[in-house]
Amino acid sequence: MVSGKGGTGKTTVAAALALALAEEGRRTLLVEVEGRQGIAQLFETEALPYEERRIAIGPGGGEVFALAIDAERALLDYLQMFYKLGGAGRALRRIGAIDFATTVAPGLRDVLLTGKVCEAVRRRGPDGGWAYDAVVMDAPPTGRVTRFLAVNDEVAGLARVGPIHHQAQAVMRVLKSAETAVHLVTLLEEMPVQETADGVAELRAADLPVGGTVVNMVRPALDSTAATPLPAPNDLAAALTRAGLRDAEALTAPLLSQGREHVTRLALEATQRDELARLDLPVRELPLLPDGVDLAGLYRLARLLRAQDW
Amino acid sequence: MRSPQEPLETDPLIDDPDTRIVVCCGSGGVGKTTTAAALGLRAAERGRRVVVLTIDPARRLAQSMGLTELDNVPRPVPGIDTTAGGELFAMMLDMKRTFDEIVEAHADPARARAILDNPFYQSLSAGFAGTQEYMAMEKLGQLAARDAWDLIVVDTPPSRSALDFLDAPQRLGSFLDGRFIRLLMAPAKAGGRAGRKVMSLGMAGLSLVTGTLGKVLGTALLRDVQTFVAAMDTMFGGFRTRADATYRLLQAPGTAFLVVAAPERDALREAAYFVERLAAERMPLAGLVLNRVHTSDGAHLGAERALAAAETLESRESASDADRAAAGLLRVHAERMRQLTREERTRARFTAVHPRVPVVEVPALPEDVHDLAGLRAIGDRLSQTDGAQPFG
Ligand SMILES: Nc1ncnc2c1ncn2[C@@H]1O[C@H](COP(=O)(O)OP(=O)(O)OP(=O)(O)O)[C@@H](O)[C@H]1O
Ligand SMILES: Nc1ncnc2c1ncn2[C@@H]1O[C@H](COP(=O)(O)OP(=O)(O)O)[C@@H](O)[C@H]1O
Ligand SMILES: [Mg+2]
Ligand SMILES: [Mg+2]
Repeated sequence: MVSGKGGTGKTTVAAALALALAEEGRRTLLVEVEGRQGIAQLFETEALPYEERRIAIGPGGGEVFALAIDAERALLDYLQMFYKLGGAGRALRRIGAIDFATTVAPGLRDVLLTGKVCEAVRRRGPDGGWAYDAVVMDAPPTGRVTRFLAVNDEVAGLARVGPIHHQAQAVMRVLKSAETAVHLVTLLEEMPVQETADGVAELRAADLPVGGTVVNMVRPALDSTAATPLPAPNDLAAALTRAGLRDAEALTAPLLSQGREHVTRLALEATQRDELARLDLPVRELPLLPDGVDLAGLYRLARLLRAQDW
Repeated sequence: MRSPQEPLETDPLIDDPDTRIVVCCGSGGVGKTTTAAALGLRAAERGRRVVVLTIDPARRLAQSMGLTELDNVPRPVPGIDTTAGGELFAMMLDMKRTFDEIVEAHADPARARAILDNPFYQSLSAGFAGTQEYMAMEKLGQLAARDAWDLIVVDTPPSRSALDFLDAPQRLGSFLDGRFIRLLMAPAKAGGRAGRKVMSLGMAGLSLVTGTLGKVLGTALLRDVQTFVAAMDTMFGGFRTRADATYRLLQAPGTAFLVVAAPERDALREAAYFVERLAAERMPLAGLVLNRVHTSDGAHLGAERALAAAETLESRESASDADRAAAGLLRVHAERMRQLTREERTRARFTAVHPRVPVVEVPALPEDVHDLAGLRAIGDRLSQTDGAQPFG
């Protein structure tokens, strides 16, 4: 499970992780649940239907499949699976029941989505082995992820008997097992780090397994400045002239003020790193790709994830 | 670099007594809350009586505005300059509390208790995607109705899409007032108007529906929903009506929308959707706040030349400390220039599509904004119309 504050790179990291886990001869499934076609955009393919299809070969040689779960279709699947009621879909839709179940009824949507993911996790292939060696989910953001994952506990309480109750319990067993890990993506900024800390506390309180943090979009540290005290304006001007720059005088003030900002930023990032370290979780890092994440960039991120300890 | 666009002038906007509501919208993390708070503070210090409705402020920012308790009513913000005769109030939205208050205001005490204790209501009020947007609208409507302030600045929820703010309330409103919920209610009031409606669907349809729901949701949950619906009966119609009324308030001439975006592809794409949507809804757009823009006073030195100069210094036989430091600063500059170029390219794409949207740029401060001084600094930049001033 990959979560994190909005915009920190959950979708990107989930996709890179799915690629990274696809070793030679293995299969991974990348799942998205928010109906935004983020995976299709990243892999530069047309919109994904509600169907598992192969979208890439990972850098290790294994296959990556992708699935964009559609809550409405998942509901109809369920009705069919548990009650042989797939045909009732039209009638249900006409009176607004499908809308109710998939967008309004608190939690039901999440039950369907987590249920579908767990089904993929537990599925066996024709040879009796697991259909997928790993399932990676681009999960809802930190603020909602605990409720999302723990929804089946809530449902098992609300629907106290019946197939939904049993299904809910089965899903919780998978999600709380040692085979699940929730990774939280963050930036080295105050709000995302704070949200990560809050998220870790909530996940732990709900008994959900926290994997680690992924610090994304790490900017180059440019150590030379951090290590050296800022030079005096005269010395700087002289050095710039030695470097062959003619407008040295006009450059010293802007360079010094940018240098100060850079030092401030590094100090701030160091504070945020300390905050993350206090969570006592493995930390992985990914650099800011200066030109954004295209397909080549995604593979680069995948290789960088593979190179780190997991 | 100069933009071809008209600058967005925020001071005339917030000074104008006819401006009664300013809505800051945009996708998550771009600086909506910061902008709302900064504009509210500036307007108050320029003499207006202002209330800022924040949704999900960063903890330290909330503290600095005196928002330490979540009591869902506006509180005066301490530490502001009142010499121009203005005042600043701020509040942080508590969506559950707002929902509870609606229930309490529209149902007699016994019925209100029944609703508030209902498990289905508790889940709905705490978590339905859209509840927060609905309650933000609701609160805005309440603040406007009190007529105690001459300017209301509204922050919007951190939705995945800026459009949710406009759409979610109506979605929830039409659910709460809609056909399905009446259908659920049918067994509780057989023979009523809703009952007749259900009959018209045909008996087969009815048993299929309630039977299926019973199986899927579990009869206990279905019973909770039905009790909830029965208890809410008196309030039906009201949700939709109020959501519609607030929507009209947003179309009124005293309202101004500010779309906030960072100079990044995704954020600007959302901003563009929002601009188009506002036009379609005939909602008044004041302009775009491009927040966290990088600038440089040394922009005449490009990234390539800066890097080449850094290399020259580093490869000198007897590089001095000053040489090494200068090389480091040149690399920092090159990095800044690359970012600047990227941001300009992204911005140009937006400008090409929406050349007539006024824009103001707010530079990225080196540190987060978490006190009144920081908000004032942002407010200053919001009021500068020459676009590309560097910071500090
Ligand atoms: N390491 C990186 N380097 C450069 N750009 C990145 C990196 N990671 C993510 N991005 C960019 O940041 C933006 C946000 O990333 P992404 O969509 O993955 O975030 P998200 O957390 O899934 O967002 P949301 O909360 O909206 O779902 C995208 O434009 C993406 O290309
Ligand atoms: N111009 C700016 N310079 C530096 N930091 C900023 C700036 N604008 C916003 N921030 C910081 O960015 C973070 C997100 O801002 P916030 O206003 O909470 O965004 P939103 O309300 O859109 O989610 C906060 O930590 C805030 O202090
Ligand atoms: Mg995403
Ligand atoms: Mg906010």
